[in-house]
Amino acid sequence: MSYQPIRFYQTGTFTVGNRLLPEAQRSVQSGRERTNSLNSGHRACQGCGEALGARYAIDAAMAATNRQLVAANATGCLEVFSTPYPETSWQIPWIHSLFGNAAAVGTGIAAALRVQGKRDVRVVAQGGDGGTTDIGFGCLSGMFERNDDVLYICYDNEAYMNTGVQRSSATPPAARTNTTMPVGESTGARFGQGKNLPLIAMAHEIPYVATATVAELRDLEAKVRRAMEFRGARYIHVLVPCPLGWGHGSAETIKMARLAQETALFPVFEAEHGEVTNVSKIRRQLPVENYLKPQTRFAHLFKPPGHADLVARIQALADRNVQRFGLVGDAEDAQ
Amino acid sequence: MLKQVEGSAAVAEAIALCRPQVICAYPISPQTHIVEALGRRVDAGELAPCEFVNVESEFAAMSVAIGASATGARAYTATASQGLLFMAEAVYNAAGLGLPIVMTVANRAIGAPINIWNDHTDALSQRDCGWLQLFAEDNQEALDLHIQAFRLAEELSLPVMVCMDGFILTHAYERVDMPTQAQVDSYLPPYEPRQVLDPADPVSIGAMVGPEAFMEVRYLAHAKQQQALELIPAWADEFRRVFGRPSGGLVHEYRTSDADVIVVALGSVLGTIKDTVDMMRDEGFRIGVLGITCFRPWPSVAVRNALQRAKRVVVLEKSLAVGMGGIVGNNVSASFSGSPDRVHTVIAGLGGRSITRGSLRRVFEQALTDSLEPLTFLDLDRALVDRVLERERVQRRSGPIAEGILKDLGVVAAKTG
Repeated sequence: MSYQPIRFYQTGTFTVGNRLLPEAQRSVQSGRERTNSLNSGHRACQGCGEALGARYAIDAAMAATNRQLVAANATGCLEVFSTPYPETSWQIPWIHSLFGNAAAVGTGIAAALRVQGKRDVRVVAQGGDGGTTDIGFGCLSGMFERNDDVLYICYDNEAYMNTGVQRSSATPPAARTNTTMPVGESTGARFGQGKNLPLIAMAHEIPYVATATVAELRDLEAKVRRAMEFRGARYIHVLVPCPLGWGHGSAETIKMARLAQETALFPVFEAEHGEVTNVSKIRRQLPVENYLKPQTRFAHLFKPPGHADLVARIQALADRNVQRFGLVGDAEDAQ
Repeated sequence: MLKQVEGSAAVAEAIALCRPQVICAYPISPQTHIVEALGRRVDAGELAPCEFVNVESEFAAMSVAIGASATGARAYTATASQGLLFMAEAVYNAAGLGLPIVMTVANRAIGAPINIWNDHTDALSQRDCGWLQLFAEDNQEALDLHIQAFRLAEELSLPVMVCMDGFILTHAYERVDMPTQAQVDSYLPPYEPRQVLDPADPVSIGAMVGPEAFMEVRYLAHAKQQQALELIPAWADEFRRVFGRPSGGLVHEYRTSDADVIVVALGSVLGTIKDTVDMMRDEGFRIGVLGITCFRPWPSVAVRNALQRAKRVVVLEKSLAVGMGGIVGNNVSASFSGSPDRVHTVIAGLGGRSITRGSLRRVFEQALTDSLEPLTFLDLDRALVDRVLERERVQRRSGPIAEGILKDLGVVAAKTG
């Protein structure tokens, strides 16, 4: 099939333009062979970033493993909206045990498969940011340090959305949640708190760590495929905006994810064995206001008289990411 | 083959004979020797194919077992005390999912105050979690119950907890008759899971269940435990045929046929109780013993039948429902056809306090002479407690409780009563 080389940014998105690409470069999701692992009919909210991310990630993992995949799922939105008994959206073998143990259940599945000699069957464990960075962190760190053969995918929407928007250790500073309300002297979630799980994962020196967003779904697919080329513990952290918790339009999920990346608030990179190996460059870093203003969780920063000082602190965090990861560069360098 | 081995070693060897596939463990006394022995055997390749996972917590241990069992592997872990509580959420989950995991609980007290010695507080705290709970009287039975446990668990798709007294059994060297691999293989068929995570036949396990079916799911667990009441005696009989010795079953009766007083207990203390009863029988007292091997499911009919001729029942238990009294006592009362005020609870041996024949004899004689209180704390130093209460009455900042009691006692040593 003939095709013309394109520059991705010309299309405005990495998800379209498949017709211009050779078959091998087309997204899994655009293919007729896609597995619909997380099938339609589930009960996620309109515009749910997590449903989108999970669908792409798991379909990509299915494609990468020749459909030999088992998934363990932490309690949370993804679990609740996909499996209200007796319905299930999962077209793959899937187990939900508890909120805080998805990584350990994944370890158990991997151990059983090894004993059974099923080396071709691979394991994904997945959860939201609460199930990953907070309550499931012990099990996750244990799975990492033992280098168990599990790909863990965190769908990060930056708070406990399933229980009604409470702060997690992935909630960004100044964000309004129902446990970090900007009332009285408070200005939302505190600065200087929270954890950066991709960096913590890298500190375990596991074979592969990557971040991704639902704005670049081909990139997410590629990272899942790359992760499946390794044996051992792997971690992918996907930013998945939540219209309900972030307070943006349900049609703006992808836009929010792209703004998070283009403001440098969410660095997109890959690391192998503890070293950064690839960074998604930003062509032109946007001011953080562009990202913050459309979200009601940051509305208090802009209500008169406003909190210019806090916006400046958030900008400083973004600028630090630029320095730390070398985010700004020629778009030609972008993958 | 007869062997003189530590209880933990005997159990480890029994587990090894059951061909486990995934063993996960987190160290906690007094369970450690069991998994250490198994770990060595896995590392030496003696149990291949078998994976030994050194997990980071008991919560992870049970979670790894859940994942392994749901993938069709025979999964085993062991814990005790705080470890059982730390994994409690996953313990309930394993039962709710219907996964046939076998776990040894080397019974130990629960803190605070921290205490490593034996009582039954840990296992009994999980009595309603949906696991079968079997209590071993001695190391031979501990070994045998594990073999029966895998078969029960896998037949019913329910997890089974084998409880053995920490230190008293786990660390005691006793003679045991170790079965052969051929015997175990003939008794325990390979694991055929009812549900399995398999890409060739994908299922969702652990979906959310609302009010429309939750009652039925819970009742199903209850119904399966009722099935266990039939299976346990039947398989104990089969065990006797294959292995040539009686072991397991629901309850053990000892000199009960003409007994006026029957003492009910769980675990290794039955040995001391039987010695005391033998002594008193020699003197003409009509007293017998009912050992509870299967605590969950509660063998209500077997207990009722065993106790029906007794004038008084003494339940001696190493557990305490704080604010209420006995846990085992409460269960026994529910199954006693006579007047409930004829059931006496004696709380004994908490935190490893020695239970001596002398002390037992004292309460048994009180039962025989109708002078035993409904609730007794064996060898309790009431004066010590009164001093604490008095201190708290006169002084607001009365200080840390355990430290105050130890200071009053003046010595830090095992109290033998």
